[in-house]
Amino acid sequence: MFRSHILWLIIGWIGWAIVPWYGFASTRRPATGDWPPSGLLAGLGDAPWLLPLALFLALPVPFVLARSRHTGLALIVGGLGGLVWMMLEGSAITHKGWAWASLAGLFGRLPEGQPGMGFGAMITALAFLFFFTMGLAARGAMKGDRFTTGAIGFLVASIALFVFWPVSTVFSQAMLPDGDISGATALYNRLTARDIWSLGCITGDTRCGVVWNSVVLGTLCGVITTVLGLAFALVAARTDFPYQRALRLLSVLPIITPPFVIGLAVILLFGRNGTVTLFLAENFGLTATRWIYGLPGILLTQTLAFTPIAFLVLIGVVQGIAPSMEEAAQTLRAGRWQTFRRVTWPLMRPGLANAFLVGFIESLADFGNPLVMGGGYEVLSTKIFYAVVGAQNDPGRAAALGIVLLALCVGAFLVQHRWVGSGSYTTVGGKGFAGTPAELPVWLKRAVYGTAIPWAAFTFLLYGLILYGGFVENWGRNNTFTLRHYVTAFGLDWNQYGLLWTGRAWNSLFTTLEVSAIAAPLTAALGLITAYLLVRQRFAGRATFEFMTMLSFAIPGTVIGVAYILAFNQPPVELTGTAAILVVCFVFRNMPVSIRAGVASMSQLDKNLDECALTLGANSAQTIRRVIVPLLRPAIVAALVYSFVRAITSVSAVIFLVSARHDMATSYIVGRVEIGDFGLAIAYSSVLVVLMGLAIIFIQWAVGERRIARPTPQAPAARAQEVAA
Amino acid sequence: MTESAKKIGGVEFRSVSRRYGKVTAVDQISFKVEPGTLVTLLGPSGCGKTTTLRMIAGLEAPSEGTILIGGRDVTLLPATDRDVTMVFQSYALFPHMNVLDNVAFGLEVSGVPKAQREAQAMQGLAMVGLAGFENRLPSELSGGQQQRVAVARALVLEPEVLLFDEPLSNLDAKLRRKMRDDIRELQSKLGLTSVYVTHDQEEALAVSDRIIVMNRAVIAQEGSPSDLYRRPVSRFVADFMGISNLLDGIVIARADGRVKVRCGEATLDLPAPTATAADDVTVAIRPQGIRLEAEAAPDRLPVTVRKATYLGSHLEYVLDSDAGELFVVDPTSERAVPPGSGAWAAFRHDGVALVPRGE
Ligand SMILES: Nc1ncnc2c1ncn2[C@@H]1O[C@H](COP(=O)(O)OP(=O)(O)O)[C@@H](O)[C@H]1O
Ligand SMILES: [Mg+2]
Repeated sequence: MFRSHILWLIIGWIGWAIVPWYGFASTRRPATGDWPPSGLLAGLGDAPWLLPLALFLALPVPFVLARSRHTGLALIVGGLGGLVWMMLEGSAITHKGWAWASLAGLFGRLPEGQPGMGFGAMITALAFLFFFTMGLAARGAMKGDRFTTGAIGFLVASIALFVFWPVSTVFSQAMLPDGDISGATALYNRLTARDIWSLGCITGDTRCGVVWNSVVLGTLCGVITTVLGLAFALVAARTDFPYQRALRLLSVLPIITPPFVIGLAVILLFGRNGTVTLFLAENFGLTATRWIYGLPGILLTQTLAFTPIAFLVLIGVVQGIAPSMEEAAQTLRAGRWQTFRRVTWPLMRPGLANAFLVGFIESLADFGNPLVMGGGYEVLSTKIFYAVVGAQNDPGRAAALGIVLLALCVGAFLVQHRWVGSGSYTTVGGKGFAGTPAELPVWLKRAVYGTAIPWAAFTFLLYGLILYGGFVENWGRNNTFTLRHYVTAFGLDWNQYGLLWTGRAWNSLFTTLEVSAIAAPLTAALGLITAYLLVRQRFAGRATFEFMTMLSFAIPGTVIGVAYILAFNQPPVELTGTAAILVVCFVFRNMPVSIRAGVASMSQLDKNLDECALTLGANSAQTIRRVIVPLLRPAIVAALVYSFVRAITSVSAVIFLVSARHDMATSYIVGRVEIGDFGLAIAYSSVLVVLMGLAIIFIQWAVGERRIARPTPQAPAARAQEVAA
Repeated sequence: MTESAKKIGGVEFRSVSRRYGKVTAVDQISFKVEPGTLVTLLGPSGCGKTTTLRMIAGLEAPSEGTILIGGRDVTLLPATDRDVTMVFQSYALFPHMNVLDNVAFGLEVSGVPKAQREAQAMQGLAMVGLAGFENRLPSELSGGQQQRVAVARALVLEPEVLLFDEPLSNLDAKLRRKMRDDIRELQSKLGLTSVYVTHDQEEALAVSDRIIVMNRAVIAQEGSPSDLYRRPVSRFVADFMGISNLLDGIVIARADGRVKVRCGEATLDLPAPTATAADDVTVAIRPQGIRLEAEAAPDRLPVTVRKATYLGSHLEYVLDSDAGELFVVDPTSERAVPPGSGAWAAFRHDGVALVPRGE
């Protein structure tokens, strides 16, 4: 009890009195001397508002040293006071001076503002946070478990800072007064703009609003991916289809594919110079048009990209139907069709709704494919992007569009959450299946084969094209073999100074790998700790906590991107232009996947195992390290792989957050596509896909197997639920 | 096992309750476990036994009330810091550690050096008769062996209090007898304060110094095994202790420490029970407390033999009477009364108890 109190008191004092208070890597304030000022020095200099923090750091000291009965209270007051004070001074004093004019009137003008908080501030804030949680624990919260209270406090605080606060700045940005128009009116105007809601395409000549474009696209995508996913799931689970492994591969591919890469392949086939287009033009005299750009193209690419996700959701559902139920139906003299119609189908229905909603949300949130394939067809995610980066540069409008998109996604997420219920993943069990599943009615079997097999062939064809496309001079016009694109991207050279990384892709590739390699373990760790809290601890507000952590998954990347540049481009937390903002963004966007993986496998672990460790005198941290982590190896692999791979493939949020110094592979590739340099883009994409395949193998090797002799087979349903978020 | 400074503490509950939302799993219970004794919590499934046990371990916090271990208030102390270990119903052996590591785990996390903890763990394993199994994984052991590992793991920490949650419920009947004797022997040899949970009355009678019978979140009766068997205070306890013949009776006279009870056509003259003031009573008769006789008498009940089962060591009868059905265990197995014949049921007075009617 005593030791961790002392430890965090010391850390708090070090953070305040020694570590540089302001700025991360890109500190703007020129350092006066070798060591930038700590909170103490700055406080004695021109930032006196940092001095009161000493009070809060000092308050618990005598209590802790005297082992007083009131230590808990002192820690709570000190921690909370310190945090509140940091929030106040941080938001009241910006880099320009007082944030609000009225404060200047009260306290006089400031000669100079303050830059964003840095390591010192961060360490001190953490110490305050843990004072607070240790204080709560000392007063009996969570049965006095300091680790658990601390973990909950840390997660809640960081989710508040990196998810809820940025999103709330989107709202305030949308309310910013526009010229002489007041905030409320401006918000109203922005939210009800014609180009968002207009139904002109139905009533007459004008275009429809962007919301309808998105909703139509999302609905179509949801329906089609669900149908295809179901066909694949039935093939995989209910037929004796001989190429099951190929189906599995098909379900992994989109996870390791950046979202727009499939778009590139589709362009290679159906674009103006696409193979199919040229073939039709030559043999049938059809004029080559740009028909693929727009709704058909986006829909096609999204269907290709998200069908496997629907498959993963539905294979879990199909396999989750206990064959014994179908057998029971058959013993009651139901035929194949009746069994399917009256037993199998009703049991699958909630899963289908789930798959539809997943497809809908994915489609709405997707940014890469509409960007590459959109043509004139605007959807919310791309419109937000152009509102920020284009000639418009209208953050207010971007924010309003962001709110609309957010509302749609969160709405769909809420429906899904209600429908499937939070218990969806706790039903996953490692139990073997009793009995053999019923065979499909013959005509249904034909139908699913007829749907699934051509589509699978098409998908593999596209991936073949991607690998191939990197090696031709100029697709469609000049199909001669070349290594030119690879050399441009990944060229190496020797001169007298040694190795030169001359290729143009190296810079972004290294940043990508570095950022992903930092983000992945953080994501996995935070996600699994959250899962531990959710599965193993009971606390007030647990349901809210779970919902909060999951909600960040429903926030589209474009919205997060806008939110981050709005929230973090000025003090108190200034992160834009750093690599840290990319890491933070990935951690909080991908955490829900780790949580799912963790929750799914942790609910399969007997709760008595960790309780037993506790009764044997292990504390929570020891229990996690010695008992839970070794048994969670499969979940750890899943969490690491997903967070690493998703950090590499994601583009929507990233494209807002990259800077000249920290460019990412995906945003670099999208840039190439936009100027029509397909060869390089495709070459780079192929390299990414291969790299990620290697990374997956490496992670599996590094984390290792869990050794319990009679391993329970990793239930495919568990994997499905991880993706189904 | 080091013999030094062995602290043996008792356990005391003072009006402890535990609620889950609207469900009250444990309702205002108070009891004491004397140091060095084995006390059993006995009751039907769902009556709150596990919850009580988990509150002793610190795995569950009481909603109200005070828990003392060794005279110290531990109500707010987390499980980690309590000197209590537990043998779980599912054994909860760590599947990724071998037997030795499992047993040494508690010593390891409390910082005992490797050599010493391994020696102690080996000693613990020897004590439960599992020397030589150190390097097996739990999945390579039989159910009974897993059980022993779980016991060894809980023992090597020399806890102040040792808890068992239905430790034998996953074993087959034969093994169960042996294990329960072994557990009892170890417990009394080491003089450990133990709390044992079971829903099996025979097991409870066999291992306990005292038994606490629970029913619907409260204590129904507490006492020594023979107390409970001979003098149940309620129909529930009588029924649960395996006193399966429960007939309605009416007290017709009370005089100098004896009562006359009318039960069907028989009138019994019994030593006065302590608890029954009402005249409507239930007469609880042990299956072994009934003999079949050929002659009538005022304190005998006319019956018809419905079923007679020969079981080697004894005979079992099912009898029909006006007062209700009777189940009889007759150890004198020579002369079976054939089914369908009439007879008279005679009651041994130490086989009969009176409890209030109802419930
Ligand atoms: N974690 C829990 N949440 C809600 N109710 C519970 C929980 N644990 C136990 N209960 C309820 O408390 C009652 C007592 O449970 P328990 O102590 O496990 O019974 P026993 O071990 O005697 O079978 C039961 O009705 C059970 O449903
Ligand atoms: Mg129980």
